[in-house]
Amino acid sequence: MANYLLGRIAQSLLLLLLVSMIGFSLLHFAPGGPLAQFANTPGVSQEALQQIAKQMGLDRPLPVQYAEWLRRLLTGDWGNSYRDGQPVLSVIGSHLGATLELMLTSTTIAVVLGTWIGVLGAMRRYSLADYAATIGAMVALSLPTFWFGLVMIYVFSVRLRWLPAGNIATPGDGSFLDLLWHLIAPSIVLALVTVATWSRYMRASMLEVINQDYVRTARAKGLLGFRVLVHHILRNALLPMITVAGLQIPTLLGGALVTETVFTWPGMGRLFLDSLSYRDYPVVMGLLMFSACMVLLGSFIADVLYGIADPRVRMK
Amino acid sequence: MSEAVVTSGAEALPKRRSTSALSRFLRHRLAVAGLVTLALILIASILVPMLSPYGPLTIDLRNRFQAPFAGPHPLGADQMGRDLSVRLAMAGRISLTIGFTAMLISTAIGVTVGLLAGFYRGWIGAALMRMVDAVLCFPSIFLLLTLAALVTPSVAMITLIIALTAWMEVARVVRAEVISLRERDFAVAAEAIGVSDLTIMVRELLPNIMAPITVAATLNVARAILAESYISYLGFGIQAPTASWGNMLNNAQQYLDSAPWLAILPGVVITLAVTSFNFIGDGLRDALDPRMDRSI
Repeated sequence: MANYLLGRIAQSLLLLLLVSMIGFSLLHFAPGGPLAQFANTPGVSQEALQQIAKQMGLDRPLPVQYAEWLRRLLTGDWGNSYRDGQPVLSVIGSHLGATLELMLTSTTIAVVLGTWIGVLGAMRRYSLADYAATIGAMVALSLPTFWFGLVMIYVFSVRLRWLPAGNIATPGDGSFLDLLWHLIAPSIVLALVTVATWSRYMRASMLEVINQDYVRTARAKGLLGFRVLVHHILRNALLPMITVAGLQIPTLLGGALVTETVFTWPGMGRLFLDSLSYRDYPVVMGLLMFSACMVLLGSFIADVLYGIADPRVRMK
Repeated sequence: MSEAVVTSGAEALPKRRSTSALSRFLRHRLAVAGLVTLALILIASILVPMLSPYGPLTIDLRNRFQAPFAGPHPLGADQMGRDLSVRLAMAGRISLTIGFTAMLISTAIGVTVGLLAGFYRGWIGAALMRMVDAVLCFPSIFLLLTLAALVTPSVAMITLIIALTAWMEVARVVRAEVISLRERDFAVAAEAIGVSDLTIMVRELLPNIMAPITVAATLNVARAILAESYISYLGFGIQAPTASWGNMLNNAQQYLDSAPWLAILPGVVITLAVTSFNFIGDGLRDALDPRMDRSI
């Protein structure tokens, strides 16, 4: 296990280094580079620009600049927002909670619903319900998330007036129920893609387990179908899903960005878009790096958990 | 191998094989439905602007917010009275062009990287694949939007950006295939008689992996159309007055109350087009690679 863990850590660190290089080059090789913000401000002369460039250390060789940038990244100094001068990390921190709320709620929905659909599809393979789930999943993966959000708002907020059209809370009402009420629509929208993916993988994973000898033995012993399903099939079929969960994080983060925009949810995704519109590059780069780190961390945790749960994985 | 059989006079053999791939595709009813839907969308995108009395930018203030089937504009009109059917068709031309072009570019990049990484399995291959992993760490929408905000958003630029964030899957598929193929006798034989690396890759290996490439490329068109709709909806893609399926939804949210069809119609068309490509990809997978496990 120790070897497996060490190998996985080394691999993640290497990836993190590559990710940081991509981030750095995005910032530098883009037209205008880190100076774009000043170059677009009227009244800033060429000399002043060069002055700023020198102050920011842009006249030094690129590898030196990269090393300096990486050092500051690692020590938690991610620069300050152009908009309000706040440190980037604290700006991100203040928006992280709302996004995590949304992501956790929709993941819960997706896992419960997706597992159920997947199990049903595998138990009644090639039934009408199974075909419907297959086609439904394909359509769910094909429709634009933001448009699904618009349709939800139109049906449940504009027409039926059951749900709020957006935002995280009714002004003046900070109750938990109010938050839940606001969470319903965006978390369903965000869950859609994950339900589709999860149910497909769940079905495939069930089918791998369902015909194995030990399942037949359990049935032959006379165990009830439900008991076999929960104690024998599901336990093993859920194992590979740990990896699927880890792989869902980029999709979830991207989906959260779009969902937050549609529902004016004050999370990281909205912050990212607002910062892009303001050309607030430190926050943009910060969020880009932060989301990549979350993805890396997610797949690392998933791999480690899988290694703990299934000893066969460690042997590879 | 099959050519040898053909020259010996059995012309029926390759013909039968090709019809069987075709018939396998045709048996996939959803794929056929996708193909038909797509053909209809394509024909409508070409014909509607030619046949309609309205141009995509013709302003008709008397019929602002006209509902579908309730006036001179067949699918309704937007906040400036522009004909929705014509705009959807013009947007279709743009969105489909972006989808196809981005697919061609991303597939070309993916195939190149995959071939190199699979063929040179030492540090070159390792470095290339770690690069693929690193790019995949960024959620693609974040990457797309950052790139889109850094450049001038023209159709060509948006296409290029989408392509640059969509080649990784193809690279992985191609690499996996190349790794197993290059150990086969024909590839080893070619290497043994001194055929150059490039020739082996392009003339020996590439033709044998066209099936998975075709499938991945088809799915890439679907992804590119979706990607365009996302960045245009969020305001960083194709800019007005040029219509794309994504940017038609850009303003629609504020009229959700009074003119919901402005939001609903473009979304339906995007979903139809993307679903079609996904189903076609599925059908191609079944048709071209019968060994494929169909459980997913």
